[in-house]
Amino acid sequence: MTSTTPNAAMLRPQDAGADARVEDTAKAKRVKRRLTSRTATIASLIIAVLWTLPTFGLFVSSFRPRDQILENGWWTIFANPGFTLANYQEVLLSASASSPQLGAYFANSLSIAIPATVFPLVLAAMAAYAFAWVPFKGSSTLFIVIFALQIVPLQMALIPLLQMFTQFLQPAQEAVSDTLPFIPTSNFLQIWIAHTIFALPLAIFLLHNFIAEIPGEVIEAARVDGASHSQVFWRIIIPLALPALASFAIFQFLWVWNDLLVALIFSGGTEEAAPLTQRLAELTGSRGQEWQRLTAAAFVSLAIPLIVFFSLQRYFVRGLLAGSTKG
Amino acid sequence: MTTADLIDKIVQVVLGIAVFIAVIGLIMFLVDRAPKKARDFVQLIAFLAPALILLAIGLIYPAARTTLLAFTNNAGQWIGLDNFVWMFTQPDALITLRNTLIWVVLVPVLSTVIGLAYAVFIDKSRGEKYFKALVFMPMAISFVGASIIWRFVYEFRQAGDPQIGLLNQVVTLFGGEPQRWLQEPPINTFLLIIVMIWIQTGFAMVVLSASIKGIPTEQIEAAQLDGTNAWQRFRNVTLPGIRGSLVVVITTISIATLKVFDIVRTMTAGNFETSVIANEMYTQAFRAGEPGRGSALAVVLFLMVLPIVIYNVRILRQQKEIR
Repeated sequence: MTSTTPNAAMLRPQDAGADARVEDTAKAKRVKRRLTSRTATIASLIIAVLWTLPTFGLFVSSFRPRDQILENGWWTIFANPGFTLANYQEVLLSASASSPQLGAYFANSLSIAIPATVFPLVLAAMAAYAFAWVPFKGSSTLFIVIFALQIVPLQMALIPLLQMFTQFLQPAQEAVSDTLPFIPTSNFLQIWIAHTIFALPLAIFLLHNFIAEIPGEVIEAARVDGASHSQVFWRIIIPLALPALASFAIFQFLWVWNDLLVALIFSGGTEEAAPLTQRLAELTGSRGQEWQRLTAAAFVSLAIPLIVFFSLQRYFVRGLLAGSTKG
Repeated sequence: MTTADLIDKIVQVVLGIAVFIAVIGLIMFLVDRAPKKARDFVQLIAFLAPALILLAIGLIYPAARTTLLAFTNNAGQWIGLDNFVWMFTQPDALITLRNTLIWVVLVPVLSTVIGLAYAVFIDKSRGEKYFKALVFMPMAISFVGASIIWRFVYEFRQAGDPQIGLLNQVVTLFGGEPQRWLQEPPINTFLLIIVMIWIQTGFAMVVLSASIKGIPTEQIEAAQLDGTNAWQRFRNVTLPGIRGSLVVVITTISIATLKVFDIVRTMTAGNFETSVIANEMYTQAFRAGEPGRGSALAVVLFLMVLPIVIYNVRILRQQKEIR
């Protein structure tokens, strides 16, 4: 049960280059040919266009002046030319109370996503190391329990978790900040912890499969030389597991960046802590007709995922496929 | 946002990470200085405990508590199966269940069919990478972003005015009446489903494409020599070769679809008969003050996901054995 999924295989070292190998052999054989047939060409072109057009339309519209967006379709751009950056300026920088003020929410999204990626990554790597290289009684049973936790939808945990946070975490935070006034009460703590918990089962499972395949001789040699587990972990495991850590980090970062449900429940919804997704959902609810704002606002939130997608596609695909059942 | 706010947020993040590193560093420091006799045990605890404690208090205990909550009313009194009776008798709740079923049938099937067709069509073609990127791109963006993209497609303007939504433009082009698509049951549910298909097709396409490339070329060439046409080769060589991946793709998308929340929340907030279980769970528990009903819905969601996950795992194990 432990290392059986192709999901996990995506992160394994020997499989990492499989895709590339296939591509290489294909190239070597020069089997590049035309699409299977004319119908297939047309069908795939239609699918490609259908899949791109909605995003493209929104993108074009985000650069059009307000009156034009609201009065004629973006496909008439050549009949009604116009270009402006005012929409972006308004949603990002304007300080007026009625504008979306996305700058603050953009900062929140980053403030949430970075720690919510680092925390589970480190904790899961530690646990994965223990499961893989520290033999103890009940190890495999415990690992299977954690694996099985992936099937619990996070909806199952939301209500009690929120109750616990308000009952214990909030008073504790206030007490700390009362006694040590230089420590501010963090608005992000709840959402960091929630994301960390929800990420752990998948992260432990995936990283375990990778860390377990690191050659045992390396670790034993270090242990014989007197290295402690923590030295082995930081000096050997972490550097060797970097590709898997990177894939998971990208997946987790985007998962948190794109998340709405966890944010709705644990962020409080104010501009002090709510992420972009929550603000966007709010805007579509209350100002669903103000397309000059919605179009630009949507692209502000899409910018980071699209940059990650196009620049780190290989890691991104691997991480995404590995984590596709999360949530 | 003032500069002071921004600095405050940066301080919070830096402080948060600093405290985290300090705690981990302290654990490591103490572990290495544990008394020799118990060192192995202490080290094991130090590596495992943080994750296990978080999972116990943050996932296992809450899941158990949610299951209990499902049998209570909003005052916390035990009411037996009333919440489940409510779910399976009230017209609104029944619509929610019906919609969830429609979602979980249509999304996996259509995403997989379109993704597979696309993967086959573009296989080994020129510019395959770019074709893939175009269809896979929706996987990268948030469900909220996707919802806004598609709300714009479904936007309504009075008949006679120039349309700004693509769908109504096409409809009026063919002489039809523009519609308020998102407010018209039952078509609105199907329009929301299109958004999910738009997102999940990329996933199906990438996985199946990789699987198709795993089929030995000799098999395809042998079939070609036998004089089969493209469709026969697809039916008799490709399809059997990727059966395992097909099952994984369908089950994975089914699980994601059962949990779909953001799309419904952003596009209609579950109004106009479009709600699904995950959305209704949020509405009941966090908007309507009915944690009991919300919990019951979460439990039903869990029970619906469970068999699919078990099946998924079984298929994956079989595949492993075959290899």
